[in-house]
Formats: sequence, C-alpha cells, structure tokens
Amino acid sequence: MKTDQLKTRFRSLLATILAGLLAACSAEQELEEATQAATADSLSDPIVVYSSRKQHLIQPVFEQFTQQTGIAVEYTTDKAGVLIERIKTEGQNTPADLLVTVDAGNLGYAAAEGIFQAINSAVINDTVAPHLRDEQDLWTGLSLRARTIVYSTERVKPEDLSTYQALGESQWQGRLCLRTSKKVYNQSLVAMLIAEQGEVKAEQTVAAWIANLAIDPTSNDTKVMQAIEAGQCDVGIVNTYYFGRLEAKNPDLPLALFWPNQSVADNSGVHVNVSGAGILKYSKNPAQARRLLDWLVSEQAQALFAGLNKEYPVISRGAIDRQVSAWGAFKQSPLPLSKAFQLQPAAVKLMDRVGYQ
Amino acid sequence: MVYFKRFSIWQLFLVLMSLPTTLALVGVLTAWLDIDLAVFGHLFEFVIPNAVLNTLGLVLCVAIVTSLIAVISAWLTTVCDFPGRAFFSWALILPMAIPGYVMAFALVGALEYTGSFQTYLRESISSSLILPDVYSFGGVVLALSLTLYPYTYLLVRNAFQTQGKQSLEVGQSLGLSVRQSFWRVSLPQARPWIVGGSLLVMMETLADFGTVAVFNYDTLTTTIYKSWFSLFSFQSALQIASLLLLFVIVVSLLERQSRHKQRFTNARNAVQARSRILLPSLQAYLACAFCGVIFFIGFLLPIGQLLLWAIPHLSSGLTDQFWRYMLGSFSLSLLAMTIITAFALLLAFAARTQNSYLANWSVKISTLGYALPGTVLAVGLLAPIAAIDHYLARLGFAAPILQGSIVVMLLAYSVRFMAVAFSPIENNLLRVTPSIDAASRSLSVSGLSMLWRVHFPMIRVGVLTAMVLVFVDVMKELPITLMTRPFGFNTLAVRIYELSSEGLWQRAALPALAIVLVGLIPVVILILRADKVQQ
Amino acid sequence: MSTEVEHYLSLNEVSIAYDSKQVLSGISFSLQRGEIGCLLGPSGCGKTSLLRAIGGFEPLSGGRITLNNEVISQMQYTLAPEQRQIGMVFQDYALFPHLTVIENVKFGLHGLSQSESDTRSLYLLEQIGLMDKKAVMPHELSGGEQQRVALARALAPQPKLLLLDEPFSNLDVELRESLGEQVRALLKQTQTTAIMVTHDQHEAFAMADSIGVLNDGALLQWDSAYAIYHQPINAFVADFVGQGVMLNGEMVSTTEVQTTLGCFERKSIAATIDNIQPGDRVKVLIRPDDIIHQDSSELTAKVVARHFRGAEFLYHLELDNHERVLALVPSHHDHAINEKIGIRLEIDHVVVFK
Repeated sequence: MKTDQLKTRFRSLLATILAGLLAACSAEQELEEATQAATADSLSDPIVVYSSRKQHLIQPVFEQFTQQTGIAVEYTTDKAGVLIERIKTEGQNTPADLLVTVDAGNLGYAAAEGIFQAINSAVINDTVAPHLRDEQDLWTGLSLRARTIVYSTERVKPEDLSTYQALGESQWQGRLCLRTSKKVYNQSLVAMLIAEQGEVKAEQTVAAWIANLAIDPTSNDTKVMQAIEAGQCDVGIVNTYYFGRLEAKNPDLPLALFWPNQSVADNSGVHVNVSGAGILKYSKNPAQARRLLDWLVSEQAQALFAGLNKEYPVISRGAIDRQVSAWGAFKQSPLPLSKAFQLQPAAVKLMDRVGYQ
Repeated sequence: MVYFKRFSIWQLFLVLMSLPTTLALVGVLTAWLDIDLAVFGHLFEFVIPNAVLNTLGLVLCVAIVTSLIAVISAWLTTVCDFPGRAFFSWALILPMAIPGYVMAFALVGALEYTGSFQTYLRESISSSLILPDVYSFGGVVLALSLTLYPYTYLLVRNAFQTQGKQSLEVGQSLGLSVRQSFWRVSLPQARPWIVGGSLLVMMETLADFGTVAVFNYDTLTTTIYKSWFSLFSFQSALQIASLLLLFVIVVSLLERQSRHKQRFTNARNAVQARSRILLPSLQAYLACAFCGVIFFIGFLLPIGQLLLWAIPHLSSGLTDQFWRYMLGSFSLSLLAMTIITAFALLLAFAARTQNSYLANWSVKISTLGYALPGTVLAVGLLAPIAAIDHYLARLGFAAPILQGSIVVMLLAYSVRFMAVAFSPIENNLLRVTPSIDAASRSLSVSGLSMLWRVHFPMIRVGVLTAMVLVFVDVMKELPITLMTRPFGFNTLAVRIYELSSEGLWQRAALPALAIVLVGLIPVVILILRADKVQQ
Repeated sequence: MSTEVEHYLSLNEVSIAYDSKQVLSGISFSLQRGEIGCLLGPSGCGKTSLLRAIGGFEPLSGGRITLNNEVISQMQYTLAPEQRQIGMVFQDYALFPHLTVIENVKFGLHGLSQSESDTRSLYLLEQIGLMDKKAVMPHELSGGEQQRVALARALAPQPKLLLLDEPFSNLDVELRESLGEQVRALLKQTQTTAIMVTHDQHEAFAMADSIGVLNDGALLQWDSAYAIYHQPINAFVADFVGQGVMLNGEMVSTTEVQTTLGCFERKSIAATIDNIQPGDRVKVLIRPDDIIHQDSSELTAKVVARHFRGAEFLYHLELDNHERVLALVPSHHDHAINEKIGIRLEIDHVVVFK
C-alpha cells in the first residue's frame, strides 16, 4: 500500500538526517575523547560547567586544565539569568557542578537564589582579595575588570577629568556617550554610586549624565568608543577590556583611559567588577569543582584567564598582561562587590526614573 | 461534551499536539499566582507604558512596511513583466536567510555615521552627505522589515500565482482597468495570504530580542529581559510575557475571523509568461528600481558589510570547529524541518478532517508558541521536563534523561515554529475543495492514505514553503538552541551570539555569512521546485 | 428472487439536524436493486444533505438507513463513508487534479492486480468514450468530459450504490440531455442502484425510475415519474413538477367537481384529499396536456400569450371568467394573440386540492 511507501521514504529521510546530526555531535566528542585519552591518568567524571562567559574565553583555559590534571571539563554557555533559572529548575538533577558568570550582580543573585554551596577553599581564601569574594564564601571572583572613563586624546585634556560624578558637569554638555542602562555593567556602576553617596545624590549624578548625552545610549561599549573616535562625543564610560581589544587592533587609537576618583580624599576609587564562579549546591562532584576553582586562581591560570580577555588577575601576585599594565595602576573602590547585587534593582529603577534608556 | 463522543486516534493526536504549548502557557500564566509589587509597580510606572507604545508602534509599522513591500513586489514579479523580473522574482526572497540580529548589526555597520557605506558616501560623493540616523525608530523598522517581508512575499506571491489570470480577466471583462482589477479583485482575493503573512511577521516582531537590542529600542520583550536579568524577578518577566500573549491571541483571533469568509478559491490557471502585463518603459524602470532598492538594502548591503568584515578573518576563522558548527546547524535544521513540517501537515489535516471544537482549539494553541520569546518558551518547557526527569530519577534512572537531549530541543522548536509551518500548509489546504475529500472517502481512501495520495500532491508548494520557512527559522534560532543544546553541540547562531554580544562583529561575520549561505540552499530549492510545480 | 423482494436501500424516518436546527425530518423511502431514484426539490430543501447522509458524510439525528440489509446510519452511528462502498459524483466533479484521467478512474480500485485494474478502468473509459484521453490531465478536459470521468471513477469499484449530486448542473442544456441518457444507459447496463439529486425536473424524468419531491426538509412524495406528474400529492408538488394551473371548482357531490370547464367525476379524481364534502370550494389542477385544441369545440378561450417550442406551441389561454389555463398545441395550429380558439378537456387524473 501507498502508506507503507510513505513510511519507508520518511524513515530513510529521517535516518539520513539523524546520521548527519550524530556525525556532527560525535566529531565533537571524538575531539574530547582524544584530548582525554592523551592526558588521562584519572578517569573521573568530567566537571560540568554552566558559563555565561563565552566559549572563546573559557575553552582555552579548560583545555589547559584538562591537559594538566587529566580531568575533562564539559560546558555550555548561555545568558546568566537563563543559566540560573535552568539550575533552579533542574534542582537536584542538575548535571552542572559550577556556574561561571560575569558581574557581581549575577553572582549575588545566584547566591541569593540558593544555588551555591560554600566553596571552603583555603587557596582561594589566601589568594583572592576579600572584597572580590562573597562574604558567605558562596562565590569568588576569577578576573577583574574596571569600568572607567575613556576620552578622546584629540579633544580632551586629562586634567579636565576627575570623577565619575564630574561627567555630569556642564562642560560635558553634549560630549558624553554612554552604553544602554540594560547592560549589567552600568547597573553595577550605578549601584556602587548609590552605595557610596546615597540614592538621592546618585540619582542627581545619573540625571546629569543623561542631560549631557551627545547621542542616545548605545547598545555596547565598543560603539561608545567608536562614537568618540568619530567625533560624535568626547568622553564615555567603558570596561577596560573593550578598550584593550580596540587598542590591540589599532595601536594609534586616539583614545585613552582615565582612572577617576583617585584623590586621597576621595574614599571611593575606580569601579571594578569581576567575572567569577560558585560551586552548585547539587553538584555531584564538589571536590573536583573546587579543584578547578583552586587551579583557576593559580598564577599561571590567572595569566591565561584574565589575559585572554585583557582583564586583571584577582590575586595580588598575578602577572598582568603587558598591554593592560601599560594603562597604569589605579586605586580600586574598596566597596565589597556583593553590594552590587543588593543595590542593583534600586539602580535599575533609578535609571528608569531619570529616563536612562 | 459532544465532540468527545467518538475519541479517535486523531483526537488523541490533536490533544498531544497542543500539550507542550499548553504546558509552557500554563507555566507562564501561573506566574500570576504571586505578584512582586515592588518590581511590578516600578515597571508599570516607568517602563511598561513606554514599552507598550513602542511595541505597538513597531509591530504596526513593521506589519505595514512588510505588507507594502511584499504586495507590491509580488504583484510586480508575478503579474507584470519588466526587465529583471525573473531575477527579482526569486532574489527578493533571499533576505529571509539573514537572521534579524545579523541584519541589524550589518545594517548598522554599514549605515551608521562611522559605518562603511556612509563613510564611502561621504568620501566619494560629498562630505556633507549624512544619512538619517540608523539608531532610530526608522532603523529598527527597516532592519526588521527587511528580514521579515519575505514571509509575506512568499505567501502573497503564491496567492497571485495561483489566483490565476482568470481573476484578473474577470475584472477586466467587467470593465475594470488593470489597476482597478488589482484593487477590487486580486488584492481582496489575496487578503488571507497577506493577513497570514503579516501575522507571522507580527509574532516574529513581538518575540524579537536580538534585533531591537542592537538598536537599544525598548519593547515588551526587552522589558521581560529587564525584569528577569536586571531586576531579578522571573515572576514579573513571565507576567509581562503573558501580556504579550494576550496581544497575540487578539491578533490571531482577528485573523481567523477574517479568514472565515475566505475559503476554497479554486485555482485552475497559473499566471503564464505570455499573459503577463508588459509595463511601459517608465513604469518598468520604476518597477525595476523598486525591486532593486529592496534587494540592495535587504541583501547586497548587509552581505557586503559581512564580507568586508569576514575577509580579513577568513584564514583564522575557517577552522575545523567552524565546519562542525556549520554541519551542526545544517543537520539540526534539516531534522527539525522534517519533524515540524510533518507535524504541521498532520495538524492541518486533522483540523480539516475533524473540524471540531477540539481541532480548532488545538490549532489555536499549538500555533501560539511563535509569539513567545524563545527564552521564555524554553524556560516554560524546561519546568515540566525537569519534573519528568525528577520523576524518572526517583524511579532509579540516571538523571537527567530528557534534559540536554535533542528531544527537548526538537520539542521546543516545534512549539515555537509550528505556526510557521502550519500557515502555508493550511492556506494551501483551504484551496482543496471539500468535495475532493468526499470523493476520496467515497472511493474508500481515507485517513493518512488520503493525505498522502490526494492532499499532499495538491499542496506540495505549501509543504515546500513550510519546510523552507522552518529550516531557515531553526537555522537562525538562538535562545532555545542556547538553552537546550546538548553539551558541546554548537550551531552557527550560537557562535554569532557569543562573538557579537562581545562586540566582535568582525569575527561574527564569517559564521553570519555561513548561516546566510546555508539558509539560501533550501530557499533556492523552494524557488526552483515551486516554479516547476506551478507549471 | 421473487416474492420476498427486499428493499435494497431504505430510509426509515430519517432526520438530520445541524446544531439543533432541524434540516430534514421523517424521510422514508426505498429503492430496489438496480433502480434509479431521484431527489427533486428547490435549492435549500435539504436534498443535498440527504444525499450526503446516505453517503455517510452527515450523521443522523433520528431514523435509520439500511443498505443491502445492513444498517449504515442511525442515531449515534454513522458507518464511515470509506467503508460504505457508495460511489459519489459531485457537482464540481472533484477530479483529482494531479492525476491523469486513467489514474483518477483507478483511484478507488483496491486489492486488484495491476492488469485487473487496467482492464477495469479501460473498460469504463471505453464506456464513456474517453479512451483517447486516458493520459490527459483533468483540467485539459471539457466540462462534459470531466463529468463522465467522474462517473467512471465512481463506478470503477462497482459501488453498492451510486450518488449523483446535481451532476449536470454545470453543463449546457444540450449536453445535459444527451449525457443524461448516456448515464442512465450506463447505470442500467451496469445494474447500478443510484440516487441523483437535482432541481431540474427534466433531468429527473430522464433519469429516474422513482422520484422524491422534497421541500422544507420534508419528503412530500415518493413515486414514479408518471405518478408525480399526474397525481401530485399536494399543490407544491403539482406546481414544482411540470406546468399547470389551478382552476377554482366546487364539489357538487363527494365524487363530482364543477369548474368553468365542466364537471368531472370522482372515479377519476386522484385520491389526494380525504373527507371532502359537497359544497367544498376546491382547486383543480389542469396540465397543458389536459387541454386539447379542437376548432370545432364550443368551449373557447382567448390566446393571451404564446411560446413557440418547435414542434408545438404553449398557449396561455384566458377563459370567459378570466381564469387562465395552458395548452400544448401542435405547431401547425398558429393562432394570433387575442384570437379565440376552441378547446376540449381530456383529463385522465383529476387532481383536486382544498
């Protein structure tokens, strides 16, 4: 009968497609197996990582870890909020051991949602500065980035720059560029402003920034720097590594970084943030996960992990990438990063109120 | 409950079809059990009013612009004749293969003040030449419209082609000019297709995140992400998502209403080459220019920009990994396409043959998923699947079984893209008169056998259209793929996301080109096949 | 096969309702094997619904339908159309546009070998005279050819019953008549039991052994063509089937009726109404063929209109009391308007309505 024909045709089509798909998957697997086989002295389960840090920034690090320890690492990437929701939904069955994400706000949220367990690592306690770790030991920073001022070397004298707040002064009228308030980095920045000077003053500062904007908030930091380069505006606020990437491509970039709030009288400093990680409460493999974290804060791993993204190490003895160290040293804001999470909703609402898109 | 009296296998099928979407919807709606007043109050005061207005404005404008482009170009390329007609007839479908977010960042890359195209204009024509700001409402509408108009174009083209010259001739025989025939005969007859296409466009616009994010344009969808990722209130995110749903339900009800009046137009004569209207020279130039401009901005410009970015990274980009991404994207899309189209075909057929309340509801529900932002949908589905996994784990199976398996991925895709496959199939099926079914059944051919022997050959173009739409859509899909892919499995879309979200457009350009290229394969096949079937 | 001749198809008090709206009620009739029945009625009378119910496409809200001693439909039970072996010819033919003529004809042939189904379909194509078009696609055929292919396709699996839904309505008049005869001949030759639905009495007369007249969801009369015409059961049937006029009359006894045209006797009065009393005012049906033109007749009527029909004239005649009748007169009797001509009545069946 004809229906049989339909069935066989459909089956053969399905088989072809499945075969293709399996080939695609197994190619990936073969690669992993090959690296495992080459180095395997311990045949334990792989460590499973959920990461909002992108593949090209973590894969080389994990590969090196596997090479040195023989422990395989499996990972998947997605947005931080999605991964946290996924971990919550998966509950006890989660295959993941570790969550790697950027921004203290996300780490704080994950901690508050109760998906982490205490890290309990002497190595981390010894090496990572306390304000870059969670007070309850639920997460630790793995790399440090500063969110600082960038300016046009052609149109701005560094003497005219002083603090984040000063960007709201009238001399910057129509000369400031900012990224969208939807990005967590700006939310953390404003959260720190709230922590330092209270909500009322912070709101005045942000409102003054908005009044000085040359163009609508851009969708990312690179656009801010491109706009300054093109003369649409003269100053902006960006994460250091975005500047680093642009500078690496074009060493003659007519832009420079400025470290604000450095005066001794000023009890704040440059706003810093971290990428970091925590061990999941339902990890099947917390010891291995801890081993990976310990390894990640080793000097060698720090150089790689931070260097890949033009970031700063979170350990004091860590070697700083040559390009990054050329930007000079700066005083960090001493506020514990866990504040960022607590104040983030307030920061978002503040920015909504003043019409910061 | 009269319609449950004879519970057939088809009814079971209809229930199963709507089950996953229902689960996801229930997941979204249960968020209302608990309202976070602090977050919600804030959103309602400062964010939602603006977002609603923005969303309405965007959806309306995109629907209007896409319909205009689609109807005009479909009319020109099927009914009229002018130099370049044959080329534009298929070339105008090509922008469909460009994902919205790629279109957005490529257009921005070309058209912004520092962009390649604007810089070129400044340097080669006049330094005072400044294009309108691309970071504007107009820019968002442009980017979305250019990627979405092919959906309507495909459907309307199909309508004009099969409507036949008869309808035009009927108009002319009643003393109408070609122009009047267009307004009074052809256009009203093509309305269900235009409305169907626009509905897809509107749903796609509502659910879009990638494109509007490039322009930093606030919509309901960005508000969902804001309350979820920034205000840490997943509850509120789901609540806003249900507002979005409400909007879609209203629109799709309107669409179904308008369709009731339009059934069973029987097509005999396709438009033949000799019966096309040869445009006089001025009009022919205008027609050519119109299609040319659309094709340039919608395809050549973004592709050119991507090439400009990709070429310096060609040697470093074409790694083994890259080819694996490509194979992954291709085979995944192929698999999803086959499954989703098959289910859509069965659903449309079941709805036709059952013709009951159950069938109506099943169709309505199972085609709703298209309007849900992929992330919300995926999370909504994850909960019931995790529950099943929990249950299996308690039974002693090694957990997780379903999660991270390709089954979940395909399930989520089918919830999301059922509407895409369903629409063209249903449209074609509507044109098969009921007496054809009756004839087949009276000859003792019914059920699947009838579908295969009678309906399938008659609606091949619709099925083909569905396959292409789904293939291209899965290829471009991001949030579901991100969340549900098995470990180590990557697609081109994931790669583009990872690079572009870090601002690395130059490196994202190569996978973006690849996605367009692979997406073009089925589009070209569709065009060739459809034209052959038409003859 | 003799005395115990059973009804091959019978409908017993069949009712159909859509959403509690009654469409048909209390329909009963039956057909013998090989008989051709016809459902006649104005559009909207429910005849197509009835046909679809017999085909299995509509459920019954009451009554039952049996075919060859098997119940195929009753309340809560509808044997699926595909299991009924009832062939159907549709108004729009519903040929499968993607199949050639011969593939269409073969479509319903199941469980036959290739050569058997070839033989069968070629035989039918030969019967309908379309052997040379067997490889042609349906849209290349004329309307009449499509109609014949539809018929061949329906007949190919040798259905227990054939249903024809307004099969000739899309054809021009001449084709209608010649095809009607061909179809009847073919059905008789293949001994196919069939029911046709039409609103055209000529089609019904040409095709059917039995005719049922439907109106407003009720079967008014089920009878032979002759009886339907000459002994209509009520004024609607009389009016709908054939031409004619109603003359006023008065019963002079229970057996006699007096009209302008004379007095008629009860013995030839069709038993259309009971309990008729002397003195009752009634209507008497006069068909055109009841009135014979005779120059010598004393009774005369004035010609008020005339329609030339080739072999004959249809005259509209006005009587002295201004009542009008119709008369069919051989066409060599050419009378002008306003001319008075002699007429005479020759009524076999006097039909009287209250």
